[in-house]
Amino acid sequence: MTVERLLPTDDARDLLDLTTELADRELAPKAADCEARGEFPRDVLRTLGRAGLLGLPYPEECGGAAQPYEVYLQVIEILASRWLAIAEAVSVHTLSCFPVAAYGSEQQRKLLPDMLGGDLLGAYCLSEPQGGSDAAALTTRATRDGDDYVVSGTKAWITHAGHADFYNVFCRTGGPGPRGISCLLADARTPGLEPQAPERLMGLRSSAPAQVAFDDARVPADRLVGAEGQGFAIAMAALDGGRLGIAACAVGLAQAALDYAVAYARERRQFGAPIIDHQGLGFLLADMATQVSAARALYLSAARLRDAGRPYATQAAQAKLFATDAAMRVTTDAVQVLGGYGYSADHPVERYMREAKVLQIVEGTNQIQRLVISRALARG
Amino acid sequence: MNIVVLVKQVPDSGAERNLTSDDNTVDRGSANNVINEMDEYAIEEALKIKEAHGGEVTILTMGPDRATESIRKALSMGPDAAVHVVDDALAGSCAVATSKVLAAALGTLNADLILCGAESTDGRVQVLPHMLAERLGVAALTGARKLTVDGASLTAERQTEEGYEVVSAATPAVVSVWDTINEPRYPSFKGIMAAKKKPVRTLSLADLGVSADEVGFAGATSAVVEHSKRPPRSAGTKITDEGTAGTQLVEYLVTEKFV
Ligand SMILES: Cc1cc2nc3c(=O)[nH]c(=O)nc-3n(C[C@H](O)[C@H](O)[C@H](O)COP(=O)(O)OP(=O)(O)OC[C@H]3O[C@@H](n4cnc5c(N)ncnc54)[C@H](O)[C@@H]3O)c2cc1C
Repeated sequence: MTVERLLPTDDARDLLDLTTELADRELAPKAADCEARGEFPRDVLRTLGRAGLLGLPYPEECGGAAQPYEVYLQVIEILASRWLAIAEAVSVHTLSCFPVAAYGSEQQRKLLPDMLGGDLLGAYCLSEPQGGSDAAALTTRATRDGDDYVVSGTKAWITHAGHADFYNVFCRTGGPGPRGISCLLADARTPGLEPQAPERLMGLRSSAPAQVAFDDARVPADRLVGAEGQGFAIAMAALDGGRLGIAACAVGLAQAALDYAVAYARERRQFGAPIIDHQGLGFLLADMATQVSAARALYLSAARLRDAGRPYATQAAQAKLFATDAAMRVTTDAVQVLGGYGYSADHPVERYMREAKVLQIVEGTNQIQRLVISRALARG
Repeated sequence: MNIVVLVKQVPDSGAERNLTSDDNTVDRGSANNVINEMDEYAIEEALKIKEAHGGEVTILTMGPDRATESIRKALSMGPDAAVHVVDDALAGSCAVATSKVLAAALGTLNADLILCGAESTDGRVQVLPHMLAERLGVAALTGARKLTVDGASLTAERQTEEGYEVVSAATPAVVSVWDTINEPRYPSFKGIMAAKKKPVRTLSLADLGVSADEVGFAGATSAVVEHSKRPPRSAGTKITDEGTAGTQLVEYLVTEKFV
């Protein structure tokens, strides 16, 4: 079913048409094969970059396309409906440009046109082997030495590790706790910055994250983004936007599962009728469709708050929580709709189900989203 | 180098296409109309030449009002400007008349190189590039799978059934291309926005000094008198192997002229 979308401008409509064309022609035909082989689709990301999709929500003067989040996220959603890994990559890249765009010095902001121009890819290094949820306890150290910071420690689960051109590295420059953390923008060619072997994943295999080891890597001090001690605040602000990206990914993935399941249920016959006409299954599909619509409405509502310059962190957490849980249910039910065929790799729904799981974990597990929401409730 | 690319709007060849029942012309009203696929390769080639040698790329389209959509789409890939020949009297034009009108429009454009697709997916007559070159009195390098520009000299690899021929000519010339010549780019979002502001000049038959009775249904040198739908596919022939299947297969391929 085509999704009815209210868009703010004709330009936004054109952008979504372009995205759909790219998604249908460049993503859909390659997704299953690249996922099966675990091959990172760097070329596809270059194609999207040349089309201008790697800097959408940033101002035009620094090389972006000045699109509101409301529009940018629908681009992510459409990409995710054809290939989750690509949508997630665009979301992570966009997140990786946020620290410099929002907190960067005049000089650092000069890097933005290249970062947003489509040829480069960014990474965001917050998680560590011993802790992801409790990010404020991170231990990667950066010590000032002359004009450099010397970074040592290990980051874990880094999307684009080994493919990225720049890495946002959250590291400890001061004492324990959130106020001792700073953000450095490290070049991929920094000696001592060493991406490790990719993780072996349940899904999202074409974009497997990896650890990144920092072995006395020297990052110039002028690559400190914001002030010393401001890193945790930067990381969290970036994640508010990033979580909306993950919510949009979840909606796109769930929509793909729903569309596939509906098409199948209209064709497949049992007991003399298309299975969608058996109420037990038709109602399952109705619930799936309702969850997808509700999840879309929730991320768009949070995005519109952001676009209006209003606080949106709690709504972003709610959107991420709701949309990713919905995607998990919808993709699981899509497997059910296909019966035995749903459990086979000959149909994409088993892959969708494996892929949905990761969305409940990344950019703050859904437990952490509940923590964010309940703390906001407790604060009143 | 001043390059003009001919762009035609055609019904999407991937969807069902029809002729109208009243005048046997292509039914453009109900179809999803797109840029003739081969023309995208001509646009890409023009943009590559411009990127390497400088100059300007202009789109030239003859077609009804709604061809503006295809013109904007073509411009979003990167060309600088467009000329749209639009006139009610043009409906039903044959290839000969079309070449007359396009030649007249080209007369106003001072092109060094005229690029076009080797055929359109609706008409498929493949004669327009030759007719245009003849009318303009310039060389026609047709069916190119590769084009090299060196100053005012053009060299093309011309695709043939057996292989290719190397042909060359001095500018100005008409060059038609096949889809083997390059990989057309996607428009970028910025390109789409920029295309909305690019100049599109419209020309009528009067502007071109072509009279209405030389074109359209009135001036057509050929017309489709009747059409019918292709019969649905039949089941095909099934050969069961009783020792002679190989021979039968070969005989079939020979009678159908596949080998
Ligand atoms: C495919 C993939 C890509 C990733 N990409 C990146 C990336 O690019 N950059 C990056 O920095 N990280 C990335 N991550 C890491 C991801 O953000 C972390 O995995 C996530 O934050 C959870 O951290 P953890 O794995 O250490 O789990 P833990 O923090 O150890 O959590 C384990 C379990 O305990 C629960 N839990 C923890 N604390 C609480 C609490 N207070 N209350 C209730 N429950 C709690 C969690 O919800 C979870 O269920 C990626 C992960 C994956 C799988």
